[in-house]
Amino acid sequence: MSSNLHLNYFELFGLSPKFNLELAKLESNFRKIQSESHPDRFVTASPTEKLQSMQLATLANEAYQTLKNPANRAKYLLALQGIEAIAETNTAMPLDFLMQQMEWREALEDATSAKDISALENLLREMQQEAKLLQTELGLLLDQDLLLNKNTDYTSATDATRKLIFIDKVYADINKAIEQLEATL
Amino acid sequence: MALLQISEPGMSAAPHQHKLAIGIDLGTTNSLVATVRSGLSHALNDEHGHALLPSVVHYLEHGAVEVGFNAQKQQNIDPHNTIVSVKRFMGRGLKDIDVSQLPYRFTEAGGMVQIETRAGIKSPVEISSEILKTLKTRAELALGGELVGAVITVPAYFDDAQRQATKDAARLAGINVLRLLNEPTAAAVAYGLDNASQGVYVIYDLGGGTFDVSILKLSKGVFEVLATNGDSALGGDDFDHRIFCWILETAKLSPRKAHDTRLLLSKAREAKEWLTEHSEANISCLLSDGEFVNLILSSDKFIALTANLVQKTLSPTRKAMRDAGLTIEDINGVVMVGGATRMPQVRKTIEEYFKQTPLTNLDPDKVVALGAAIQANVLAGNKSDEDLLLLDVIPLSLGLETYGGLTEKVIHRNSTLPVARAQEFTTYKDGQTAMSIHVVQGERELVSDCRSLARFELRGIPSMVAGAARIRVTFTVDADGLLSVSARETSTNVEAHIAVKPSYGLSEDEITNILKASFNCAEADKKARMLAEARVAAGAILEAVTVALATDSALISVAEKQAIEAEMQRLDLIKESQDDDAIHKGIEALNHATEAFAAARMNASVSRALAGKNLEDIKL
Repeated sequence: MSSNLHLNYFELFGLSPKFNLELAKLESNFRKIQSESHPDRFVTASPTEKLQSMQLATLANEAYQTLKNPANRAKYLLALQGIEAIAETNTAMPLDFLMQQMEWREALEDATSAKDISALENLLREMQQEAKLLQTELGLLLDQDLLLNKNTDYTSATDATRKLIFIDKVYADINKAIEQLEATL
Repeated sequence: MALLQISEPGMSAAPHQHKLAIGIDLGTTNSLVATVRSGLSHALNDEHGHALLPSVVHYLEHGAVEVGFNAQKQQNIDPHNTIVSVKRFMGRGLKDIDVSQLPYRFTEAGGMVQIETRAGIKSPVEISSEILKTLKTRAELALGGELVGAVITVPAYFDDAQRQATKDAARLAGINVLRLLNEPTAAAVAYGLDNASQGVYVIYDLGGGTFDVSILKLSKGVFEVLATNGDSALGGDDFDHRIFCWILETAKLSPRKAHDTRLLLSKAREAKEWLTEHSEANISCLLSDGEFVNLILSSDKFIALTANLVQKTLSPTRKAMRDAGLTIEDINGVVMVGGATRMPQVRKTIEEYFKQTPLTNLDPDKVVALGAAIQANVLAGNKSDEDLLLLDVIPLSLGLETYGGLTEKVIHRNSTLPVARAQEFTTYKDGQTAMSIHVVQGERELVSDCRSLARFELRGIPSMVAGAARIRVTFTVDADGLLSVSARETSTNVEAHIAVKPSYGLSEDEITNILKASFNCAEADKKARMLAEARVAAGAILEAVTVALATDSALISVAEKQAIEAEMQRLDLIKESQDDDAIHKGIEALNHATEAFAAARMNASVSRALAGKNLEDIKL
């Protein structure tokens, strides 16, 4: 019998590998696996069973966090196809997106030095909307590419994934800036 | 061997035999113990009918120790030897606490403060273990039997050092810790099961010395913590202290000796409690130099004095909301926990922030212990009608020191537990055979602003050119929120495996020495304790395997089953011997023999859980 520990994240949750996941099912299957594997279920068990529980519960957490987050899910789907979305040799971005990036970074710096939390919060909302658009695009690109499988090089999907990862990073930086401003209030 | 009884996997072999398990709320100001009886969680009272045990420890002459109300009476009379709010010192060094207003004689050892008393130098771990011992004895008397173990609650925002110290205190008190449980999560369990709630809840927990805020998603018995935040040095004590400073200032008193400081702090606490239901409080007392203090504190003045303390709780609250990705419209309910949430200004501020009336229908002093008892009952294997699963998170990020004293985060805060992350390192000099790794906890970028958890050296790296060695260091945080670190060199065939225990925990020898010193008898010696522990461990694994075989032996071949049974019989014999090493070897052998069986059981149970209406989705 093969162990659960060698399954990929989609297999672990019994889901087909695609970007447009049914999130409710992901969540309910995650909970089902945790209900069986969580260390709380094995407090009185043997050391071997405790170790297995620890390993599977850890894997389920990691897998759930990866698949729940759209950018990480896209990155993981590409990785399953042997494509590394963020590689040191592969940093080219379309010019318009680079310009957009710089604008966001500038807006972040301006709002931070002006200690303007509400401007930062507006920026957060803007990033959320951008992310939503990209996710819709990725859903079309990636799921289609996955169906085509061998007849595609995933170029557009990889580009969109990298944009989404970038937006996540800016989003985190804005949150951090808000946190630091609040701490000094 | 006894007749086999069949039960659910993971449940007790003897379903009718209720296992005695308790929940302990080890609080800054008060502690309590609860248990589940006839399906309901109850706090256990002392012989005078008190559920609350003041978390006060008094060291008397001739080695006697008193805990609770009697100790509390001594705090003004014998302040140096009466330790109040010891929880504030758990896992903390001298630089972490403001010692100027405290009546104790502090020293430091192993990174943690120690207090000089007439009974010798005591660590916060030892002092806390006195409180735990008292509660354990109370539970044993009330329940009339041996305890299987306890769930002990800790503030969600406790870091690794504070959690380890709490667990050490329990071991010292002779308590088998089933789990360390975060206080707000425990409160959510008590509330959730009582009210059958679904949705997203905020638990706002302002205790005597700590503040926690947790955001939980509740559905069908699963309590998933989405984010937690807090301040492990903010609580009701700080409100007392504000009043204390106001008394000194208003009555124009010079700095006081320990005795008067304690007296005035007690008066400050009484005034705070009085102001919960009255508009002014009278503060009057006679100081040691004959000076008489007589003041009136209005509730408006009190609110003004403490406004920024209440505001200080909102910043962690906002952080937790942001980390959970939620806005206040998403919140179905706000639960108030901890005695300090009785203060009207706290309730009002929270009501205004969340735009809804907070829930206060359970006793804020008891709710944590009640929840801990429910969880203890489940963990001990007593069958419960409710299917309860708690998914908690790590409150503070774990990181490593990199060049220039900067932190590199390895595990981010609010990751669901258990969690493991591996990080690869390499050498930067030719022929380098050792490297030093520094693990820290906290959110700040500079290592010096974070808490140092462990510093260790990896030695025996094969001599290679710079950058050729591959050292994989794995950080694991278990369901108690406790860190362990292991490392191995992966580029060569030789795999050096090192397990690293953070440096601030008590070693086996230290525990033994403390026990020896306190009991002062031969029985507590290391060998006897090791033997007793080995026998308990052997009994536990034998029972666990018996249950597993009774339920699931269909999953393995007859030969595999016989091999396991042979090891069981062997261990059953060895465990009566005096040789704890041999018993441990027997445990290991049985453990090894059951590996494939354990894997098969886990697979079967997960497949069962995912089966049913999800089957059509599995296209693997």
